[in-house]
Amino acid sequence: MSERVNDKNKPAPADKAAENYAENTAGKSGADKNAATPVAKAKAEAALPALGLKGMLRWAWTQLTSMRTALFLLLLLAVAAVPGSLFPQRPANPSIVTQYIADNPDYGKILDSLQLYDVYSSAWFSAIYILLFISLIGCVVPRAIAHYKAMRSQPPRTPARLSRLPEYGTLVIPADAGIPASRAIADAAAKLKKRGYRVEVRDDDGARPSLGAERGFLKEVGNLVFHTSLIGVLVSVAAGGLFGYSGQRILVEGDTFVNTLVGYDQFTPGTNFQSSQLQPYSIQLDKFQITFDRESKGKFGQPIDFKADVTTRETPDAPAEQQVLKVNDPVSLGGTSIYLTGNGYAPVVTIRDGAGNVAMQGPVVAKLQGDNYYSSVVIKVPDAKPDQLGFAGFFLPTAFVTEEGVSFSGDPELINPQLTLNSYFGDLGLDAGSPQNVFELDVKKLTPLNARNLDAGGITLAPGSTYTLPDGKGSISFDGVKRYIGVDIHHNPGQLYALIFALLAVAGLVTSLYVNRRRVWVRTGTHPDGRTMVEYGLLARGEDHRLAAEAETIRGLLTDEWGLDSQNDDSQKVPSGQADNGRADHGAAGTGHSEASDAAPTEDFIQSTAGSSESKKDQ
Amino acid sequence: MLPINETMGQYSELFMLLAAGTYTVAFIAFAWDLAKSSKALRAVDLKAAAAAGASAPAAVKVPVGAGVGTGGAVDRTDVDRADSDVSGPAGRAERPSSSTSRASSGAAAGAGQTADAGMRYAAERRVPARVAVALTVLGAVIHGAGVVTRALGAGRVPWGNMYEFLTTGAFVAVAVFLLVLIRRDLRFLGTFVIGLAIIMLVAASVAYWTPVGHLVPALQSYWLIIHVSIAVLSSALFTLTFAMSALQLVQAHRQKAIAAGGADKLGFMRLVPSALSLENLSYRINAIAFVGWTFTLMFGAIWAEKAWGRFWGWDTKEVWTFVIWVVYAGYLHARATRGWTGTRAAWLSIVGYLCVVFNFTIVNQFFNGLHSYSGL
Repeated sequence: MSERVNDKNKPAPADKAAENYAENTAGKSGADKNAATPVAKAKAEAALPALGLKGMLRWAWTQLTSMRTALFLLLLLAVAAVPGSLFPQRPANPSIVTQYIADNPDYGKILDSLQLYDVYSSAWFSAIYILLFISLIGCVVPRAIAHYKAMRSQPPRTPARLSRLPEYGTLVIPADAGIPASRAIADAAAKLKKRGYRVEVRDDDGARPSLGAERGFLKEVGNLVFHTSLIGVLVSVAAGGLFGYSGQRILVEGDTFVNTLVGYDQFTPGTNFQSSQLQPYSIQLDKFQITFDRESKGKFGQPIDFKADVTTRETPDAPAEQQVLKVNDPVSLGGTSIYLTGNGYAPVVTIRDGAGNVAMQGPVVAKLQGDNYYSSVVIKVPDAKPDQLGFAGFFLPTAFVTEEGVSFSGDPELINPQLTLNSYFGDLGLDAGSPQNVFELDVKKLTPLNARNLDAGGITLAPGSTYTLPDGKGSISFDGVKRYIGVDIHHNPGQLYALIFALLAVAGLVTSLYVNRRRVWVRTGTHPDGRTMVEYGLLARGEDHRLAAEAETIRGLLTDEWGLDSQNDDSQKVPSGQADNGRADHGAAGTGHSEASDAAPTEDFIQSTAGSSESKKDQ
Repeated sequence: MLPINETMGQYSELFMLLAAGTYTVAFIAFAWDLAKSSKALRAVDLKAAAAAGASAPAAVKVPVGAGVGTGGAVDRTDVDRADSDVSGPAGRAERPSSSTSRASSGAAAGAGQTADAGMRYAAERRVPARVAVALTVLGAVIHGAGVVTRALGAGRVPWGNMYEFLTTGAFVAVAVFLLVLIRRDLRFLGTFVIGLAIIMLVAASVAYWTPVGHLVPALQSYWLIIHVSIAVLSSALFTLTFAMSALQLVQAHRQKAIAAGGADKLGFMRLVPSALSLENLSYRINAIAFVGWTFTLMFGAIWAEKAWGRFWGWDTKEVWTFVIWVVYAGYLHARATRGWTGTRAAWLSIVGYLCVVFNFTIVNQFFNGLHSYSGL
């Protein structure tokens, strides 16, 4: 078993030391004050055998699953996650990464070769977390086995010197109470059992019966559940990436989206995606409303509520259903969730070509550029004849012009909507079939018709107005304005499992932190004068700041059981820690501490910790 | 959506200023307490040394820290308990007992060097400290009124932008400190906690001032109440443990120096408990805060799923929340790893808190991400 197993079982070295010590002394029955030293010496002197291949592998495995390595990997994971927040990341926004590389020609490419724009899918980040999880599995499995065994085995042997334990106390039952040593042990066992301890009574009929008791096995169970659940979370995330998909779509008021591959503007399938997974539901945007802040001065005109009224159908034949889509309130449909992620204005235009035919009619999605829905508009009219037409410009919901002649939008609502365009004619380059960005117009091969610097000037349109293009190229009418929304559609089969595992992990974490694993030993004996002497000791495995309180409670239970006066002079109620330290200090001060209280029982029975060789040695 | 009440917002700002003023006086009182008490303790020690006479001049120097039984063990195990697994209980600085407070009361000889390990209130009255705590309570009441009026003014929970994070966060930090003070005498942390609260209030009023306003739609969710409140509460706890870990490092250094027979150059640290007891208490608080942070992370993920359609997307804020979680997970593991307890664990706790601060200040303000809600 790996070092980590040992470490984790006894998280605090303090307890480990105490426990080792307790067990050492228990085994040898009598303190070997130098017990640790010869072992260390032997370790140092031992000749190490040569490792074969098998040995090397075993060594590597031990190293990997050791607590130290796990801790190192954990901290490395934290460090490795940081660059992802410093550099733009491709999964979040690929175009920013391209821009970043272009802006930093000297080191942009180098960073790319180090996968610093794809940190969380990079080889090195993956290596760290995969190693960490292997280490975790290599730790959890043996620990689970060890814990299973521990849960089935009896509590450990009673240490010879209970007074060495962190919590220790004695009780004295008067001779006239008629409670012999064996009955006292049985009583203590019953009390501890009732308190949830697993109890084993030893040497029932002997002169010094004792019991070992243990509770808090849930602590380790919680610990194991926590770590196992983390593996579960990772697997769920991976499964989501394999079988999920996501996509985006822009819907202008009146538009309907049908959940098929062609329905998406952009689609990101998971590795194992199949188009048959898509359920052909439909969602129509009926109306989109925005509430703007008209109260506060600082944020005047900021949107404070988005509300999209939609009509949905689970399947093409299903009845229509009215639903409301809002930010923070997605619509669930056909195994997917639909999120409201963006919105804007879509001016409705009619464009006639040189022949007078309608070459294009409908809303044009205007891309947000600045404050108050200041948006850019690109219109491509490939159907216009004889020449294809292109328009590029801006849409302002509330147009204002500064004294320098710069247009800006003064308000997000449609108070004075205005479409400002330049126009071009020529070959749009769409016939070649290569994909183009609908929000950009490549004007290199086009001839300008309207622009501010041309004689014809730019086109400025208010709703309802029409502009006739120069040279008989056609006309453009601004018919009105609609709103559009951007929706994200996600299907992630892993996320429910990720949530379940995360909840399990938290439950395990809380259990492992707040359940305490404790051991109690009680030993009884009969004093020559007939009194029944009881001593008990407690030991915690792991951090346990409430061990003293537990010792107090158990003491209370026992004194109640036997009807003892808790202030009984013959009984000692001190943690051994105080006894040792106190004495040691008194010894140093040369006061000569009286051992009256706890040395009253038979000298060999409860071995006094006072002035023990260890304590004295260190003075 | 409730309407905005600007008058309430103005009252709130007034309360914040008053609270900052009160805290400033409390801060001075806490500092005065440190100076005065360390002076008084030194005088007591000097008197004791004089009484002990020339016969045992070394005796004053040798006994170390509260609960430390043995001078010889100190340099080997106390400060950084690297070897403690090979030495028996007698070789340890403190017995592995949960009852350190009682242990220390027995070890009168060491009591002069550090404060009571159990961090219980002692019998003696520290007048400046009492004044400081009373002022802090007064400041917290005014501060609380400021937070409440802000909430009333905005018609929602008062944590929607940097100004509100700072003012509410400072209030929670002070409130948590005062709550802990009921059970434990952590008044030695007063200068730190109150000083931080003052900095936060001043920063809020000067650099991040934002009038009361509505939330952007992305923040209009009950998850804002759950996610952010737990994050703020956990951060407040991390604030306490950061201070304790920093003091632990100083105290460990000082205990080591004194154990080696050096002079005590940091007299005010007498008011502070031993390094080990600081470590133990900060571990317990960190454990609570870690559970809180786990919830912050989880609830954040649930909210992200609701708002953005994915529960995890490596947004800068998510990255740093994750980094903090991992660092504190490392801290908890370090406490169970040989050679990593004590000083190293304290460093991890400090690094974790620096990440919290970084996440709160730099990431909120300078990093582009989905969490850019500074309100500016």
